[in-house]
Amino acid sequence: MSFSEQIVPSPTSAEQLPLWKQEGAEPFLRIENVTKNFGEFKAVDNISLDIYKKELFCLLGGSGSGKSTLLRMLAGFETPTSGRILIDGVDMAGIQPWERPVNMMFQSYALFPHLSVADNVAFGLKREGVAKAEIKKRVAEMLDMVQLGHLGKRKPHQLSGGQRQRVALARALIKRPKLLLLDEPLGALDKKLREETQFELINIQEELGVTFVVVTHDQEEAMTLATRIGVMNQGIIVQTDEPHDVYEYPNSKFVADFIGSVNMFEGKVIQDEPDSVQIDSKEAGTTLFVNHGISCSPDQVVNVAIRPEKIRISKKEPEKGVNCIQGIIEEIAYMGSLSVFRVRLASGKEVRVTQPNFTRSMGDRFTWNDAVFLHWDEDSSVVLTS
Amino acid sequence: MQTKSRFLTVTAGLGYLFLYAPIFSLIIYSFNKSKLVTVWGGWSLKWYSELFENEQIINAALLSLKIAFISATLAVVLGTMAGFVLSRFGPFKGKMILSGWVTAPLVMPEVITGLSLLLLFVAMEGLFGWPSGRGTLTIIIAHTTFCLAYVAVIVQSRLASMDETLEEAAMDLGAKPGSLFFLVTLPLIMPAIISGWLLSFTLSLDDLVIASFVSGPGNSTLPMVIFSKVRLGVTPEVNALATLMIAVVAIGVIGAVYQMRRQATLTVKLDDK
Repeated sequence: MSFSEQIVPSPTSAEQLPLWKQEGAEPFLRIENVTKNFGEFKAVDNISLDIYKKELFCLLGGSGSGKSTLLRMLAGFETPTSGRILIDGVDMAGIQPWERPVNMMFQSYALFPHLSVADNVAFGLKREGVAKAEIKKRVAEMLDMVQLGHLGKRKPHQLSGGQRQRVALARALIKRPKLLLLDEPLGALDKKLREETQFELINIQEELGVTFVVVTHDQEEAMTLATRIGVMNQGIIVQTDEPHDVYEYPNSKFVADFIGSVNMFEGKVIQDEPDSVQIDSKEAGTTLFVNHGISCSPDQVVNVAIRPEKIRISKKEPEKGVNCIQGIIEEIAYMGSLSVFRVRLASGKEVRVTQPNFTRSMGDRFTWNDAVFLHWDEDSSVVLTS
Repeated sequence: MQTKSRFLTVTAGLGYLFLYAPIFSLIIYSFNKSKLVTVWGGWSLKWYSELFENEQIINAALLSLKIAFISATLAVVLGTMAGFVLSRFGPFKGKMILSGWVTAPLVMPEVITGLSLLLLFVAMEGLFGWPSGRGTLTIIIAHTTFCLAYVAVIVQSRLASMDETLEEAAMDLGAKPGSLFFLVTLPLIMPAIISGWLLSFTLSLDDLVIASFVSGPGNSTLPMVIFSKVRLGVTPEVNALATLMIAVVAIGVIGAVYQMRRQATLTVKLDDK
């Protein structure tokens, strides 16, 4: 591989902490109190964020959450109303898009339709005035890396969607940017191709050691790709964490609901100890135990969040009586690998439970209108105060 | 089904007859031996040879081609600039006025355009001494003025349908706004510019009214010469000239259609791969 000088060893030693967990580590990209207004509308509202070298950071949010605006400010297509953006320690204020050490892969790919694949990839190098022979060599290498070496002479409209995506990636990477911005990189691909491409993207990122910032609305994409996820809503970053933490320890109702599906029981804190909480929930019809402490005022109304796959469902009453509620199965959706149950509680609350289909036969298992017990462990649920 | 298709055949036949019968009668009569336009006197090519000996007509034709070529080229340059500003500069002061000014010649009666330009030229000559007199230059200016409106509209709509992220991508890859225009935008709007040029060329070649207002003595364009000849009675020479022009246009149109068909099938074939 010709990019050997750029190959970076993946973090092998387990004890080596990722950069974002190290005290005093120098961020590669620093976003400082950045705000962007479009007239009255605050698209990005006072965001501060540090992204470290070789990270694959995902900005995850719905449409209108401001994620694309933030990305466009990094590329230089929009100017922040206030705040600073520093890339590798350099303030980007007043630096034009064509002068930034940043390249972007566009959602529509934005391949130049009048140029061949090779010329599309060479475009960035030609602007730099790189020697012809060098351009030829680097374009060939880059096309080989994205497995399109044989299609250099084609025009973009003669390629399939997946091939176009790879041309766009090659074109964005050829200038060896310090920072690559990807706007919904897999959005236009079908499901199967998307899964393959996800891993390809991660491999390329690790091989080249470029810092990636990815914008996506697809939580699955974010979970698979990212080293860290920043969940955005209405112009602010609600939570920044590693994928596992975002999923297992959401810090708000919004994040819990946005990523994956979740059941929420509203209730009042009745006992709050350092390492456990008891919450009286009318919706659940019982007292719920959670084995982590929270900081809240007494009698505060909170939500207990529990993921559908963490709830166990049984016809017999479980021996351990904690976090056990009763209901009636209203609906069953068979999805092949798993089944989804919708269980109606006495309070009228609907609970979603998923269970892997361990065996092939479904016959002796649950059916509609079965009275069932739902239960989960104290460490499976999370208390959300906001 | 059978009756319907017969009905369609008849309608189509009538349509073609209505469109092409005058043209065919013109072509046939251009080979008429007789001096009288409406009386058939046998086949002959003599009006063609007389046409080529008629210096007035040949000079007028050459002048018309020259004017059409220059004003189409100028109109393309100015019209592209206007179209670019209108579709890419976002909102700015005076945008309405510019866009109104650009589209006005499309809806203005030619007589008014011609008259207002004549008045302008006369006033300018009085004030600055330029353009002195009326002639080829004033016709070129006048034709550029109304042709650029067409170019601007065509270019503007092409730019509007063009993906703006292409330009952003070019900037992102290091192209400064100047080179961006020539490397990405211009090649992509080229089809619009070419059709704008062809349209301008045709309009200029075709124009009688405006040219009549702003031309001077000794600067008669081909339409003006034909028109003045026809007023004195149609001569068979004009028939011959018209036939030649139809031949040129037909060859041009057939060539263009053939080229487009070839490109379309090429694209389809490659897409199937």
